[in-house]
Amino acid sequence: MTEHSKKIGDPLLKVDNISLGFGGVQALSNISFEIREHEILAIIGPNGAGKTSMLNVINGFYHPQQGTITFRGEVRRAMRPYIAARQGIARTFQNVALFKGMSTLDNIMTGRNLRMQSNFFWQILHYGPARREEIEHRRRVEEIIDFLEIQAIRRVPVGKLPYGLQKRVELARALAMEPELLLLDEPMAGMNVEEKEDMSRFILDVNEQFGTTIALIEHDMGVVMDISDRVVVLDYGRKLADGTPDEVRGNQGVIDAYLGVPHE
Amino acid sequence: MLYREAGQFKTSYEADQAVFPIRQDRWVIAVVLIVALAAVPLVIEDYWTNAVMLPFLVYALAALGLNILVGYCGQISLGTGGFMAVGAFAAFKLTTMFPGMNLIAVLLLSGLVTAGVGVVFGLPSLRIKGFYLAVATLAAQFFLVWLFNKVEWFYNYNATGQITMPPREIFGFLVTGPAAKPAVKYLFALSFVIVFAVVAKNLVRGRIGRMWMSIRDMDIAAELIGVRPLHSKLSAFAVSSFYIGVAGGLLFTVWLGAAEVTEAFGIDKSFLVLFMVIIGGLGSVLGSFLGAGFLVLMPILLKNFMVGGLGISPVVAKHVEITTMGVLIILFLIVEPHGLARLWQITKEKLRLWPFPY
Repeated sequence: MTEHSKKIGDPLLKVDNISLGFGGVQALSNISFEIREHEILAIIGPNGAGKTSMLNVINGFYHPQQGTITFRGEVRRAMRPYIAARQGIARTFQNVALFKGMSTLDNIMTGRNLRMQSNFFWQILHYGPARREEIEHRRRVEEIIDFLEIQAIRRVPVGKLPYGLQKRVELARALAMEPELLLLDEPMAGMNVEEKEDMSRFILDVNEQFGTTIALIEHDMGVVMDISDRVVVLDYGRKLADGTPDEVRGNQGVIDAYLGVPHE
Repeated sequence: MLYREAGQFKTSYEADQAVFPIRQDRWVIAVVLIVALAAVPLVIEDYWTNAVMLPFLVYALAALGLNILVGYCGQISLGTGGFMAVGAFAAFKLTTMFPGMNLIAVLLLSGLVTAGVGVVFGLPSLRIKGFYLAVATLAAQFFLVWLFNKVEWFYNYNATGQITMPPREIFGFLVTGPAAKPAVKYLFALSFVIVFAVVAKNLVRGRIGRMWMSIRDMDIAAELIGVRPLHSKLSAFAVSSFYIGVAGGLLFTVWLGAAEVTEAFGIDKSFLVLFMVIIGGLGSVLGSFLGAGFLVLMPILLKNFMVGGLGISPVVAKHVEITTMGVLIILFLIVEPHGLARLWQITKEKLRLWPFPY
């Protein structure tokens, strides 16, 4: 842990004064924080706090009414999700969003699609550049499969896999993109203790071995406090606190939000 | 016992990614190809060509095209009949405008024209999904049939409104017209189907196929890994319509030789091809062939059995045949909703373990 807190560098992504509303509901109001290079940032908060909305804004799914996002020095407010993908932002979902009809291997290979260059003509022939490319990317995908220990389910359609493995395949697909910034929306939801430990280990390994910056939403406070370098707390679309796990733990506003305040 | 992959080790990703990784499969496909290319043309005569093989090949090609759109990209379409009409009329116009043009070029160009039309009618798919898209493509079906009926230019101001294919030769062999030899017509259509089946397989197992399937299974997640929805849906519409257009062209030029748009390319054709895709297996190249085979060959088998074997009058037999087909389709969908291709896959998996299933 001490070793990788040293690597943390400059802000990779900056969120400035983001406000997002849907009709009468203000999902996010004036949120600002930053995600620094190589760190693990946890975004926490009670249900409906706007955590997932925040990720959706970063991804380009939602277009905020106000504020800007700066990613690698580039300022933007709204964009299409596939452009975010091109810039190096990968994401997993709270309720697994895998390609159910495809095998584990194909799911992860799809994560490499952006990096494939060969044109339609070679694709038709499945020869020359198209074939070389397919094999080259397969090699990379196999490395990820080894890394996440899912060799045995390579050929299984993901719809048939148990939930814990599906979560892992989704992480593999995101990793296949070799992202700079990885957004994980409740990577451990619905898992038992053992699976949570595995997943935590994978997240730490990804962070350490590939140097990927990770922002994750998680409800399990034990996990959050253990693995994250910094924590951002949201409540009702506002930012309550931002700091190291220990700072956040002692913050009165956070305690009130989670435990409630006595009525006078 | 014969179907075993034990002992067949793959030592490279290349071998692992082959279309037929199991040796026995390669033998089967080789035998099928040899029979289809070498043995069948020797014995085939007029009835078999026009009533069995050509319909099968033409519809297999159309089903393949529709399967790319519906089975791989998840965009439902009821415009198949209309798109086949575009292919047929394009082939007719091209071959009458440029009589010297090679028939292969005519058919490929007709495919391209249809691809263009398909992309235009595919544009709504960016906004609407599922049943609503089905209705939008249904509009394409009615509009196209109406267009080819109303605008006389399309059928060269012919009084009957019919289009008729003039005789055309390829490499000195007559392919179209009543004088063409059955074996030549059959081989011509077959070579088209083989080439296009290989191309389809290559497309769906590579980057483009994964792009289509990702849109089909979870479009939001697909967009997040960099798949452009516009690009993938329209490319699926283009490729699918290209196939369907060529199938329509083949239907008109080689199989029927003459066509009247409402009769040859009506809404019932759209449903027929969609049934083939569903019964054969969505998202399966093999399934397109099985579905086409089932829906083309089964009625003929039934008819010959009832009229020839049982001596039932042809009129009664026709009714019984239609009813039986309906019942069979429903039965099949109950037994295996994923189609014949899946049934075949399950059989193969069972065979691998047979006779010791545990």
